[in-house]
Amino acid sequence: MLRLEYVYWLMGIWLALCAIYNLRERRWSMAAFWAVVGGAFLFGDAIKAASAAHSRWPAQLMGIGVIALGLLAASGTMQKQGSTESERRDAAERLGNKLFLPALTIPFATIALVLVLPHLSLGGVALVDPTQATLVSLGLACVLAAIVAVYTTRAPASQAFAEGRRLLDTLGCVALLPMVLATLGGVFAATGVGDAVASIVGMLIPVDSRIACLVAFALGMVLFTMIMGNAFAAFPVMMAGIGLPLLVHKHGAAPAVLGSLGMLTGYCGTLLTPMAANFNIVPAVLLELRDQYGVIRAQWPTALALLVVNVILMAVLIFR
Amino acid sequence: MNYWPLIGVAVVIVGFALKRNPVLVVIAAGVASGLAAGMSIGDLLALIGDSFVSNRALLLFVLTLPAIGLLERYGLRERAQAWIGSFRKLSLARLLISYLGARQVLSMLGMIDLAGHAQTVRPLVAPMSEAAARNDGIVLDDDARERVYALAAATDNVGRFFGEDVFLAFGAVLLIQGFYARNGIQLDPLSIALWALPTAIAAFVIHAVRIWGVQRSLERAHGKTSSSEATDAAS
Repeated sequence: MLRLEYVYWLMGIWLALCAIYNLRERRWSMAAFWAVVGGAFLFGDAIKAASAAHSRWPAQLMGIGVIALGLLAASGTMQKQGSTESERRDAAERLGNKLFLPALTIPFATIALVLVLPHLSLGGVALVDPTQATLVSLGLACVLAAIVAVYTTRAPASQAFAEGRRLLDTLGCVALLPMVLATLGGVFAATGVGDAVASIVGMLIPVDSRIACLVAFALGMVLFTMIMGNAFAAFPVMMAGIGLPLLVHKHGAAPAVLGSLGMLTGYCGTLLTPMAANFNIVPAVLLELRDQYGVIRAQWPTALALLVVNVILMAVLIFR
Repeated sequence: MNYWPLIGVAVVIVGFALKRNPVLVVIAAGVASGLAAGMSIGDLLALIGDSFVSNRALLLFVLTLPAIGLLERYGLRERAQAWIGSFRKLSLARLLISYLGARQVLSMLGMIDLAGHAQTVRPLVAPMSEAAARNDGIVLDDDARERVYALAAATDNVGRFFGEDVFLAFGAVLLIQGFYARNGIQLDPLSIALWALPTAIAAFVIHAVRIWGVQRSLERAHGKTSSSEATDAAS
């Protein structure tokens, strides 16, 4: 059976290789950084299994590792290196449109595998857990694309690792930002930040006006999504604080419409916040923009216009 | 109610505003929030470690880098530009609006990871947008190129977000249904997903108009007016 852990182990090995490359070039903090992240992937399941068995030291050790990552990220130096443009143009002319094939392998192989893998079984045992099918497929598609890319360019396989590691070092600690932000989401949930925000919003609004409740709900979704970087985290908090008690029970809002449009209102907040790093900060670094908020700058007018439309849609559609 | 854990939110806002290293800011916020909630050091470390390991999936996009890195070394971006450049009439607005529509429709059908910043925007859509802008006669200096790149990334985000919620089996729909079910309201996932359609259409219209607006403003600021008037007169 293809388990998601195998993909994580592959990630762990690849990160360990990046650490070794950096070690050989005497870039100590970068090497230590990727080594710790690689450790989370190689030993992640062991850590979770130990926690489930009430053995807390592995998770605590990982916690110390995470804090070390923050300190390393702040101290680390990033260097960029690359091939010259003329080299690349020559190769592009030589290889032509064949270059697109491996690039398109990642998306299309992912989809093909997502559609096929859940239906396959080996000796009566399902090949993949359906809930993990997407991520397992993405992992397999990346491996497949790397093989096709090596075949197409006739480059040595080691060069794929070297070039991948060059991009990873360009991303640097920003690559890790989505993961640490999600970690922060977990900490916020456990420390009751959501309840505190909902209680403050509840104190501020006149609950007898349904429009005031609706606007508070919408703005609360946006604001809380911006703080958490994730509408999924904001939704249960705002629904429990305002949506369910005030809008559904007190003012008779239609729950299906409220849920759907409420979540999408949160998405407008996702477009506005650096906390949603994988959508807003990682691409700015991937595209090597000088302004790390460049992507947010490009999308905030869309987000605000859509927020207004969404509030109007809710006002019209949920109180029928 | 203990309001002290909110100090973590303050740490994030101040840290991001001061442009400190974001990873350090976020981790400091978690530590501050945990200590303010009265957690012991041991509990807090275990919570951070467990939570970090549980969110490993968010780093998986890094697995695309060996293939993308190798292809870029052999000129993928240059090739993508040359290909779009060969369609002389394909404007920046047409390219990105088509991408927006395709991304929304594919996301609605559940093909959310078909595209993305690492998978498609950096290797293909951003260089193609640059070439399409050149087709429009826009002279790209560094600022203009950054605007085009940022718009390409923003278009991917808008297309993804306001398509995926229409897909039945998407996490958001199941999260909404699950929340109501725990509170005694039974809903069919389809009834939730369909109500995402009006917003999806509004998102397409609004962002398409904005893409067109950015193209116009780039043409005004960076366009070769004389040559574009010449082509207008010729056609």
